[in-house]
Amino acid sequence: MEFTIYIILVPMLLFFVLALGGRWLGPRTAGIIGTAGMGAAALLSYIAVYKYFFAGAGIGPDGNYLTVTGFNAQWLRLTDSLHIDMGVLLDPISVMMLAVVTTVSLMVHIYSFGYMKGERGFQRYYAFLSLFSFSMLGLVVATNIFQMYIFWELVGASSYLLIGFYYTRPAAVAASKKAFIVTRFADFGFLIGILILSYCTKTFDFGAITADNASLAVRTMEGSSFLGLSSATWAMLLIFMGGAGKSAMFPLHIWLPDAMEGPTPVSALIHAATMVVAGVYLVARMFPVYLFAAPQVLTVIGYVGAFTALFAAIIAMVQTDIKRVLAFSTISQIAYMMVALGVSGMGGHAGEGYTASMFHLFTHAFFKALLFLGAGAVIHAVHSNEMEHMGGLRKRMPVTHITFLVACLAIAGIPPLSGFFSKDEILSAAMEGDKVLFAVLWIVAGITAFYMFRLYFRIFWGRESETARHAHEAPAVMLVPLAVLALLTCVTGFIPFSRFISPDNAPYALGINWGVAGASIAIGIAGIALAAWLYMRDSERPQRIAARMGGFYKAAKRRLYIDDAWAFLTKNIIFRRICAPIAWFDRHVIDGTWCGIANVTQRTSEAIKGIQNGRVQAYALLFIISVLLITIITLFI
Amino acid sequence: MGATAEIIVFYILAAVITVSSILAVTSRKMLRAATFLLVVLLCTAGLYLLLNYHFLAVVQLSVYAGGILILFIFAILLTSSKGDRSESHDRRRRIAAFAAALAGAVITIVATAKHKVLYGDNATILGDNEIPMKQIGHALIGDGKYEYLLSFEALSILLLACIIGGILIARKR
Amino acid sequence: MIPMEHYLIVSSIMFFVGLYGFLSRKNLLAILISIELILNSVEINFSVFNRYLFPEHMEGMFFSLFGIAISAAETAVAIAIIINVYRVTQEIDVRHIDKMKY
Repeated sequence: MEFTIYIILVPMLLFFVLALGGRWLGPRTAGIIGTAGMGAAALLSYIAVYKYFFAGAGIGPDGNYLTVTGFNAQWLRLTDSLHIDMGVLLDPISVMMLAVVTTVSLMVHIYSFGYMKGERGFQRYYAFLSLFSFSMLGLVVATNIFQMYIFWELVGASSYLLIGFYYTRPAAVAASKKAFIVTRFADFGFLIGILILSYCTKTFDFGAITADNASLAVRTMEGSSFLGLSSATWAMLLIFMGGAGKSAMFPLHIWLPDAMEGPTPVSALIHAATMVVAGVYLVARMFPVYLFAAPQVLTVIGYVGAFTALFAAIIAMVQTDIKRVLAFSTISQIAYMMVALGVSGMGGHAGEGYTASMFHLFTHAFFKALLFLGAGAVIHAVHSNEMEHMGGLRKRMPVTHITFLVACLAIAGIPPLSGFFSKDEILSAAMEGDKVLFAVLWIVAGITAFYMFRLYFRIFWGRESETARHAHEAPAVMLVPLAVLALLTCVTGFIPFSRFISPDNAPYALGINWGVAGASIAIGIAGIALAAWLYMRDSERPQRIAARMGGFYKAAKRRLYIDDAWAFLTKNIIFRRICAPIAWFDRHVIDGTWCGIANVTQRTSEAIKGIQNGRVQAYALLFIISVLLITIITLFI
Repeated sequence: MGATAEIIVFYILAAVITVSSILAVTSRKMLRAATFLLVVLLCTAGLYLLLNYHFLAVVQLSVYAGGILILFIFAILLTSSKGDRSESHDRRRRIAAFAAALAGAVITIVATAKHKVLYGDNATILGDNEIPMKQIGHALIGDGKYEYLLSFEALSILLLACIIGGILIARKR
Repeated sequence: MIPMEHYLIVSSIMFFVGLYGFLSRKNLLAILISIELILNSVEINFSVFNRYLFPEHMEGMFFSLFGIAISAAETAVAIAIIINVYRVTQEIDVRHIDKMKY
């Protein structure tokens, strides 16, 4: 499996070629090179999937999946056991992620060819896409937590670059800064968590930490505690903080809606399908440690996820910017995955949550990318993000309409689309794990169906707006990815995921829990029906309901004031109460000290520079006086 | 020459040297200063003769009095367009210089007087021990101990460099 | 006989008179004359020490000899420089020759 290293090296090479040579290549060539390179990486990933799952390279003698190290190079050796490596780790989830990342990335590369046509900085855009793909692939195949951290920061940086792609727009610049600072703040926790964990276990290696039900972590971290929590709890909580930042969990979710300022294909790739699920992937990667060394943290993850899911879904109901709706829906769906991990156990059927989480990650990547790309096609047609500039587009954009509908049905959990299967697994896992979480998720499923179809009806049904009348179907290069992703959305649900992915890498059989599935289909259809009743035809009903809701509607529209709370916290408390006095101290006391020293030096030199007057006789006089003094001292004293 | 006459000659030479050197550095007119310098140099040659260094005295006369002084006089004549008067620095500078020079002289003379230097008796020093020319010539171009071929050649190169440098600097461009 | 100290006193006086001239004069040529006085006094000292302390050797005398030659060289170059300065600035006042400082 040594060839897997090229899956990562190809995008890296592409980045250097496009970034350094983009100016000479021209937009068209640069796009073709980027897409072709990504296609090669995708092909290699598919070969890796085939070899790992089907050709026996990843299956051990007892039928369990093995952890294969495709490539490993020791990079920084700190002690014998503690060293930072750069390598390729292949196990079921990383191989699955390789396929997901390269597929979505390839689709986005193709799609961008049409969407970004004629934009300034086309080559730069493709270079950044390659950089992002490289970083994301490096993240998923990380052999150790430090390599993961390095690539974690790299995806953060490339996300920053891509959100701020339209760097002449102040909103985009502010959004990119916000995304970077918020995730960076979370990564600070991640780093401290890594340090605690590696300090106790003396290794960074995932294999060593998670082997034998994380016995190394359990053994080395028991006994020590801080502020009433064990060090394992602290470490895993802080690591989850990093994951929560990247995966936009409450209260660190505030950057993701703003990140929609970036180009839409970027939102599809980074802020829907790949980077934002890195947090879920991180928790899944460390899952044995969470389960055995810090089970309380897993509970925390479940409840944070459930709250975020509900919270984001409520906000998504009232947003009017279609990309914002999708952003909140992404937050909500990622929270679903987090809940699934939070209720999961280990071994056989108990690991259903883990499997479901990865399954949902897999299916969500495709249908959410499809939603974003479809929304991108709509935005491309009407040149606006606002719902009121759309409406009635189903006749003008038939292909986009059908694919968008497929994705909406999938996310609403309607069989036989992929979202149904993964969502059902999550719900049944929650049912077995924690009834409260199940109830929340069940309600969220209904809300999800409602807001997705509100979005769908407002875009494609209802009265045509002025701008929608001039809309026309997107070019073929944008429709092909839509069609491919729609096809994937239709078929991926039938993959028997439990045969491939489980927390202990042992395949098991998992059927559909029809009781739960029936409930989820029912509430999904209810949500769709409500949305259809309100929005399918133009009516006064939504306004009346909004008026009835009053304050709550306004609060939801203002995103439940979380952004304002953060702004208050940073501006009024941190900046004004803490930073301003420190800045004053810095400006006046510290700067004053050094400026004073500089001023004294300057004054002194001003005063004595008359001695250096350039007249040789004055120098000679001083010299002679000095010689005489020295003579007197040596002779007479 | 008797010892007494020698002493008389020495003190006359010492007096002339002192007076002339003071005049040489204080005289307003540059040509006069150059003349007093000539007197000092001649008297110095006299001192060398008293010390029985005849060759040195001759060199002193020919190089200093014959060569350098002519150069000085040429330079003075070339550079003094508006009379050959030369101002001193202001009073304060003169006083400072005078004080420094006086202090130095006092310190040196006191130190010289206080420290008794031991040297051989009168006869060995002032006997008729003029160094023969042949010995000087051999010493100048020999390469053994107490012989000066290297210095001699280095000096000749210095003088050559000096000639070239002098021409180069003073050349009209 | 004449004590050695008397020679030394004469040369000291000559030295410090030259020093005074060096410090107090403004004319470059006058300064050069002062320097000649200083050199001359030093050469006297060398000869005197040679004669009184080591009469059987010749080092002091040769030192004086080379000193005379070097002072000749130095004077030649110095005068060339002075004439050049004079040609440029039309004066040889040492106070006005401080352009090299900047």
